[in-house]
Amino acid sequence: MPEYKLRTPLTDADVAPLRAGDVVFITGTIYTARDAAHKRLMALIDEGQPLPFELAGSIVYYVGPSPAPPGRPIGAAGPTTSYRMDTYAPRLHALGQKASIGKGKRSDAVKAALREHTAVYFGATGGAGALLSKCITAARIIAFDDLGPEAIRELTVEDFPVLVINDSVGGELYAVPDRKAAGLE
Amino acid sequence: MRTIKAADIVPKVADMVRHASIHLPADVKRAFKDRMAAEDSPAAREIFRQLLENSDMAEATGLPLCQDCGLAVFFVDVGEDVVVQGSLKDAVTRGMVLGYQEGFLRKSSCDPMTRANTGDNTPAIIHFDFVPGDRIRIAFMAKGGGSENMSRVTMLSPAQGWEGIRRFVVERVAEAGPNPCPPIMLGVGVGGTFERAPILAKRALLRHLDERHPDPKIAALEDELLDAVNRLGIGPMGLGGQTTCLGVKIEMAPCHLASLPLAVNVQCHSIRHEEVVV
Ligand code: SF4
Repeated sequence: MPEYKLRTPLTDADVAPLRAGDVVFITGTIYTARDAAHKRLMALIDEGQPLPFELAGSIVYYVGPSPAPPGRPIGAAGPTTSYRMDTYAPRLHALGQKASIGKGKRSDAVKAALREHTAVYFGATGGAGALLSKCITAARIIAFDDLGPEAIRELTVEDFPVLVINDSVGGELYAVPDRKAAGLE
Repeated sequence: MRTIKAADIVPKVADMVRHASIHLPADVKRAFKDRMAAEDSPAAREIFRQLLENSDMAEATGLPLCQDCGLAVFFVDVGEDVVVQGSLKDAVTRGMVLGYQEGFLRKSSCDPMTRANTGDNTPAIIHFDFVPGDRIRIAFMAKGGGSENMSRVTMLSPAQGWEGIRRFVVERVAEAGPNPCPPIMLGVGVGGTFERAPILAKRALLRHLDERHPDPKIAALEDELLDAVNRLGIGPMGLGGQTTCLGVKIEMAPCHLASLPLAVNVQCHSIRHEEVVV
């Protein structure tokens, strides 16, 4: 599988060549947001208010990290299940978000948005939160402090490992369940 | 009658909660290694390698295995010859709160409507039972949301029988796909009532992967389901492979003449449970 090293913010030229199955190591700044933060981002957009980070070229990581113990920038920080953000993601891609990082399937609407706006969906290994925290060198809350684990954080990452799950030309990495072999058909 | 002070239970629960959130049980690590060797696909092997490295990293740093440290589920079996001085329920809850606080574990409990975090992972989900003897057995499970969301309860018609059960379980796993962080484990509750079936399913998840069901007929059904689910080929993290599921555990109970309750509790690969006996 091809491997890429990408720096944030991402451009169309970074994203366009990526194909489902490619390994990507991300270095730079990424932003965390889960369900509650996405809801608030939508409200800010509705009201025409400025957003807490620059959407254009951004990577949003679906994660709610565990608390940072003394001496570490962050606790365990693996991905959460992405489908819960499916209602919000197309709108953010239309406004320039270039990638999300999560785990699990996306909706057809999200996949269409990836094609339309030259964006990608990355998968990180779910449940490898301790391991992934190694690639995060700094973390700071930039919005919605009251949401605790769900606050928006700016993360500085170094060679953060992800796989391209859905690319910008309709490719998908996830295995299609073999219903016949399992005796369902 | 034996007297146990509730206050003595608090630190035991706190220690158990912290330890279980960092250390994978030996049977789970063994299963990861065995399945890594058995997988043909390099992507599947790579996921197992990462999961084993994650476990080493958690043990070396004291970070939890997964940032979703779960809702805290307890099964508390109270010996009928025990007198508890103080509140057992409070002691388990206080131990849980202390463990999540001191262990820098994520608190994931919130109001269902406002979504406001309760702040200390309360309430603990505690299932009490009475058993013969003069001891208290407290089993803890950290249950993450990703796999819990993929779980289902249904009321089958008795005519559907085993075929209906098999279809429902395999369909559920096919539908869940990569979402619950496979390789998964399945707790299957068959029988009881509408609320008993999922409690049976959850309790089944406390069994070790290599623990055979004492009833050989049920053990054979577990094998059949495991085989069918693994034929789906979803594989570790949904990337394809022979290991979609590490183990299926079935618990059964008698049910109403008119019903066949069925619950499938999906457990992710981050199988975190321990028990303490006082
Ligand atoms: S499903 Fe399990 S392993 Fe995956 S993120 Fe949730 S708790 Fe962690």
